[in-house]
Amino acid sequence: MTLNTPQKPVVLSIQDLSISYLAERGRVRAVTKASFDLHQGETVALIGESGCGKSTLVLGLMRQLPKNASIDSGSLLYTRRDGSRLNIRDLSKAGMRRFLWSECSMVFQGALNALNPVIRISGMIYDTAEAHGLGRREAKERALNLFSKVRLDPNRVFNAYPHELSGGMRQRVLLAMSLLLQPQVVIMDEPTTAVDILTQRSIIEVLKRLRDEFHFSIIFISHDLAVAAEIADTIATMYAGEIVEKGPVDEVFYRPRHAYTLGLLEAAPRLSAGAETLESIPGSPPDLIEPPAGCKFHARCRFMTDPCTITAPPLEYTDENHTAACYHRDQVLATRRKVLS
Amino acid sequence: MNAPSAAQTAAPLVSLRGIYRSFEKDRREIPVLQDINLDVYSDEIICLVGESGCGKTTTGKIAAGLLSPSRGELRFEGRLASEYRTRSERMALRRSLQIVHQDPFASLNPTHTIGQILSFPLRRHRMVENRAGLRRRVWELLTLVDLTPPGDIVNKYPHQLSGGQRQRVSIARALTVNPRLIVADEAVSMVDVSIRIGLLKMLHELRQRFHLSIVFITHDLALAKYFAWEGRIAVMYLGRIVEIGPTPAVIGHPAHPYTKALLAAVPEADPDITRRKKQMPLRSEDIPSLTAIPAGCSFHPRCPFFQPGVCDHTVPALLPAPQTGQLVACTPLAQSGTLKPYA
Ligand SMILES: Nc1ncnc2c1ncn2[C@@H]1O[C@H](COP(=O)(O)OP(=O)(O)OP(=O)(O)O)[C@@H](O)[C@H]1O
Ligand SMILES: Nc1ncnc2c1ncn2[C@@H]1O[C@H](COP(=O)(O)OP(=O)(O)OP(=O)(O)O)[C@@H](O)[C@H]1O
Ligand SMILES: [Mg+2]
Ligand SMILES: [Mg+2]
Repeated sequence: MTLNTPQKPVVLSIQDLSISYLAERGRVRAVTKASFDLHQGETVALIGESGCGKSTLVLGLMRQLPKNASIDSGSLLYTRRDGSRLNIRDLSKAGMRRFLWSECSMVFQGALNALNPVIRISGMIYDTAEAHGLGRREAKERALNLFSKVRLDPNRVFNAYPHELSGGMRQRVLLAMSLLLQPQVVIMDEPTTAVDILTQRSIIEVLKRLRDEFHFSIIFISHDLAVAAEIADTIATMYAGEIVEKGPVDEVFYRPRHAYTLGLLEAAPRLSAGAETLESIPGSPPDLIEPPAGCKFHARCRFMTDPCTITAPPLEYTDENHTAACYHRDQVLATRRKVLS
Repeated sequence: MNAPSAAQTAAPLVSLRGIYRSFEKDRREIPVLQDINLDVYSDEIICLVGESGCGKTTTGKIAAGLLSPSRGELRFEGRLASEYRTRSERMALRRSLQIVHQDPFASLNPTHTIGQILSFPLRRHRMVENRAGLRRRVWELLTLVDLTPPGDIVNKYPHQLSGGQRQRVSIARALTVNPRLIVADEAVSMVDVSIRIGLLKMLHELRQRFHLSIVFITHDLALAKYFAWEGRIAVMYLGRIVEIGPTPAVIGHPAHPYTKALLAAVPEADPDITRRKKQMPLRSEDIPSLTAIPAGCSFHPRCPFFQPGVCDHTVPALLPAPQTGQLVACTPLAQSGTLKPYA
């Protein structure tokens, strides 16, 4: 671990968050009773398969959900730098606008391909600054400084249109912009997906460097375990809308306690490992409109026993800082130990 | 290593010799592939890796006979592709070479059922005798790719299947015509990590069972390593192969500075290893444009081992690497056997 996270105060506490979408076939339970704390300076990586609710969770957190979605329960407690607290769910529209960027900013999934093509980077910077009462000169100065920190040619990029920049450059612009108003929390949804290896590397390096300098907290969404292994202090595994395991990165990788996390780890090839025997997880994720009873993973789980099909296992502490919702966590741990030894 | 193994003493199944390919854009010729030489042997797995735009798909399409080279020779079982003249010869060649694309959404017709999708090529190439034979073959193919029970699948439309299932349909479709080579172009990139391995294992089994050769295109090095451990990897950069050899050699002892940089950059799904990994910073992060390919070794402006007057002068040939023996295109390495950091 790069940080001793437990001693740092909590900036963001998500408690019992449930979110659903209204779809033709019924209500999609995209996030169910998700809870976790984000500490100052901590990087939490949310991992899990496509459709498990990662984006929905953070969109809910930032109150950016589409119209057919609703937050059904939960609280989103945020602590400002001065120690005052608020529930993000209680913020007015105007309050939310102020909150975004200055307290908590987000780089959306696929955002690098969704930049408005007719607005220069400078225009985007000025718009954001204006909305938060930051003067143009100050905004430009900050932006140029941030651009050079993310290893971009500041003046060229500032005046460029998005299409004049490569995917990797655009992603770094978004990263720099997310820091313009010095937020405490930065959320990044799949920032390195669909970019090339060397580009991904430069994004990771830049992100680490900024984090060391500005000490913001990060929620990092990725389905790439390798990226999560490198930059996260804490891993949270999501399955079918639930957080099923959470713990320090080394704990989760070397001593996982949930069968689904174990499955993900066993499916991830490693360059340094020589010939490898990998296993995929059989079956596919459950329907979120009519989720199965008990543990939602049971139909795909090799450790499944009767109780798993009846009552959902609670998220419990297995160790200090490490929680998992699995009746068979000892078997999971033993299996991983055997593979690693 | 490049002494052919037992299986490789026969003529290659597919052979690319001195392949060039360019595309026209804004009235300019853009050289996308330059002097590609690649032999694909029967039963073999070759992975093409490299960054976006380096020419992997173009190479794959040429190997599959879907795109003709601007210059150079394509041979199938020793015979020039242009010598397959009669209609039936050409049909046979087309059947032998199949491609599976990245996006199963785009490549499966949404208005046809899975049964229809598999039936078309079977009928068109007269692979079955009658309706009963057709049905039997469709069920057999679905079983082969683990889409069982086939009865649940045949009447479904592509959108009713998951990404992984759709990709299995694409693979089944490629198998309809009993191919000898399958070019799998990012065939598992769009499906989840948890499902990918299952698809790859299936491809392996099919390969062994039907003596297929597979050209596997991916930008994921860890996946390439896993899938092609017993095969070869070719690393491409700006339209050229810069290193090629057995997977354990290329991954374990990369010789080309570009391969070294790629491997160093890949994060590992292992926190201890990935944190300790040593990076190899390049001199520049910009990938040159294909309209202005640098002279000599096209990697030289970014290479940390650049030797002025050497690397920017002549295009390096693919020669055996010292000790490990895979082929590598690097002049300093060929001349002195070692790489010295650029001062
Ligand atoms: N606008 C919407 N209307 C209805 N259902 C939706 C909507 N957006 C998402 N969903 C559903 O909610 C679930 C969670 O989706 P979400 O986008 O949060 O997943 P994710 O974990 O971010 O996946 P990915 O890794 O593919 O980005 C999925 O089942 C998805 O189909
Ligand atoms: N039909 C075409 N017309 C013009 N240019 C093309 C055409 N097909 C490919 N190119 C160009 O050729 C180059 C190589 O493309 P190719 O698709 O082979 O790359 P790739 O290595 O498969 O990349 P990726 O990883 O992004 O799929 C690119 O610069 C591409 O823009
Ligand atoms: Mg998402
Ligand atoms: Mg391609």
